Amino acid sequence: MNIVVCVKHIPDPNLPAEMDGKTLKREGVQGVMDPGDEFGVEAGLQIKERLATGDGESGEGEVTLVSMGPAAAMEAVRRGLSMGADKGVLVSDDVLKGSDALATAKVLSAAIQKNGAFDLVIAGVESTDGYTGTLPGTLAEFLGVPHVSTVKEIVSADGGTLKVNRQTADGYHVVEVGLPAVISVTAGVNEPRYASFKGIMAAKKKPVEQLSLSDLDLSGDDVAVKQEVTELSKAEEREGGEIIEDDGSAAAKIADFLKEAKVI
Amino acid sequence: MPQDIRLLDDEQRALVQMVREFATAEAKPLSIDYEARSEDPKPLYDKLAELGLTGVPFPEERGGGGQPYSTYLLIVEELAAAYLALAIGLSVHTLCAFAINEFGTEDQKKDVLEKLTAGEWFGAYALSEPGSGSDAAALTSKAVRDGDSYRLSGTKVFCTRGDEADVVLVLARTGEAGPKGISSFLVEKGTPGFGGSKKEDKMGWRSSPTWMMSLDDAEVPASRRLADEGNGFKVALASLDSGRLGIAACGIGVAQAAFDEALKFTGEREQFGKPVSANEGVQFMLADMSTAIEAGRRLYRHAAALRDAGLNYSLQAAQAKLFCTDAAMRVTTDAVQLHGGYGYITEYPVERYMREAKALQIVEGTNQIQRYVIGRSLT
Repeated sequence: MNIVVCVKHIPDPNLPAEMDGKTLKREGVQGVMDPGDEFGVEAGLQIKERLATGDGESGEGEVTLVSMGPAAAMEAVRRGLSMGADKGVLVSDDVLKGSDALATAKVLSAAIQKNGAFDLVIAGVESTDGYTGTLPGTLAEFLGVPHVSTVKEIVSADGGTLKVNRQTADGYHVVEVGLPAVISVTAGVNEPRYASFKGIMAAKKKPVEQLSLSDLDLSGDDVAVKQEVTELSKAEEREGGEIIEDDGSAAAKIADFLKEAKVI
Repeated sequence: MPQDIRLLDDEQRALVQMVREFATAEAKPLSIDYEARSEDPKPLYDKLAELGLTGVPFPEERGGGGQPYSTYLLIVEELAAAYLALAIGLSVHTLCAFAINEFGTEDQKKDVLEKLTAGEWFGAYALSEPGSGSDAAALTSKAVRDGDSYRLSGTKVFCTRGDEADVVLVLARTGEAGPKGISSFLVEKGTPGFGGSKKEDKMGWRSSPTWMMSLDDAEVPASRRLADEGNGFKVALASLDSGRLGIAACGIGVAQAAFDEALKFTGEREQFGKPVSANEGVQFMLADMSTAIEAGRRLYRHAAALRDAGLNYSLQAAQAKLFCTDAAMRVTTDAVQLHGGYGYITEYPVERYMREAKALQIVEGTNQIQRYVIGRSLT
């Protein structure tokens, strides 16, 4: 099975965000692979490993990482390769600076198609920097394949069908989807492995194809930014919360509060 | 801010990030309980093996990572910032492996070193004795040749993970008094007559077991003697040069952890209507702390670079050990001070860091011995 995992290089979310006008400053800041994408890479690796050892179809196939970003984004690709992915594709082009989610989906779909036949594309539900959450669905549309969003568990993957549990507000849906397809996975779908020392050293030797926009037969017009950020404002600070003084009834009050919040 | 990784090469940066993730997600949170219970964190050592971190600076043909010592030290520093006792354990393990890699026979490398680099085995080091600490060459443990074996007897003290280790590098006397009568031996766990006789109750590093080891007519095959008879002290000193860099990196790690806590606390804690860190007197303390950490970091990395270039680095290793661990003591003490009363209670981690830093000024040559080494090599 050929699995593609989309990975994004983002400014380290553990450091204070720096702004460049109305967009996030991306150059000259410490970057990391989006932590949400680690779940995607792990999911891809687990499916490949399960097929390699299980009774399903043979373990033929590979996990390819696809990313778009400046040259520094290679770090995110290497990170995924260190975890165990087989190869990478990085699309870098000055024209793509400041791209919106639509343009990104267009570029990634072109890169995925250029990479060859695929059975499954995995992405995180949303990025940890932009948080649009629109990319996986848009990507599926461009690729002309079904999309299953917010996958919280991959139940099985064989015989050209993928069975997953999909997170909903009240529980989960069990979904079977014919491949090829795009899925977006939630944080918590698995426990991403660390890149081991051996993995880090092996990643050096794994192939990464670097592509520009013209390699994908796309022009600047194709990826023109159609989204405009009109205003930025700080998130409201969290309120202080309610303090219950214990006059003997605190436990009951807390229980009522939790009931109201439908926690218990 | 933890160590700045921007100028590292790609592999080093990836390694530090991997260790940082493991340290933050597992080592640091688990350290609290292990320290409270004074329990050796064996599962975390196994995890280090799984991550491939038990043989980083050793040749690939021995199952090691084939990396320069500089790279290994980045890992030690990062671990030390999260869990000093664990970093110390790795440093001692590496010291034992270093001696075998440097002085071992083909069989010793095959049978012992390769198990150490793979993390199947962990190593320890037994030099000090009740009557010989800084004056290590005065040791009195004896090794008497008996056919194809040696019979070892005596008492070793302050042996980190001595009873947990699978193999211990033991220094014992085979000949005349003084350094030239000392030989070194690889003594395996389970050797009859050999084992931990008393676990010390310590001020810090409580989850790093420190053992008094007894050798009671313990039979060790002659094939497990490391280097020629009478060359043991050379093995011991070379291992210590290398080990000192590990301790220096540990010092910077724990100092960094204490500084990060102090910076955070003084920024959040308000007194007289403003953050404590808005006071110039506090800022000056923070400035001195951060400068000492950066200076120490450069110093140990310079010594490591000399080592990696195949140059003599004994002087610089002693300077780095001295400076980095003195800095660690000062920085951790100031971090407690900057926390006020909160620094003195165990709910905050800085009192632990202060207790831990103290041992770094003592182990692998007290800082007075470092000054002696430095003075001797300068004159």
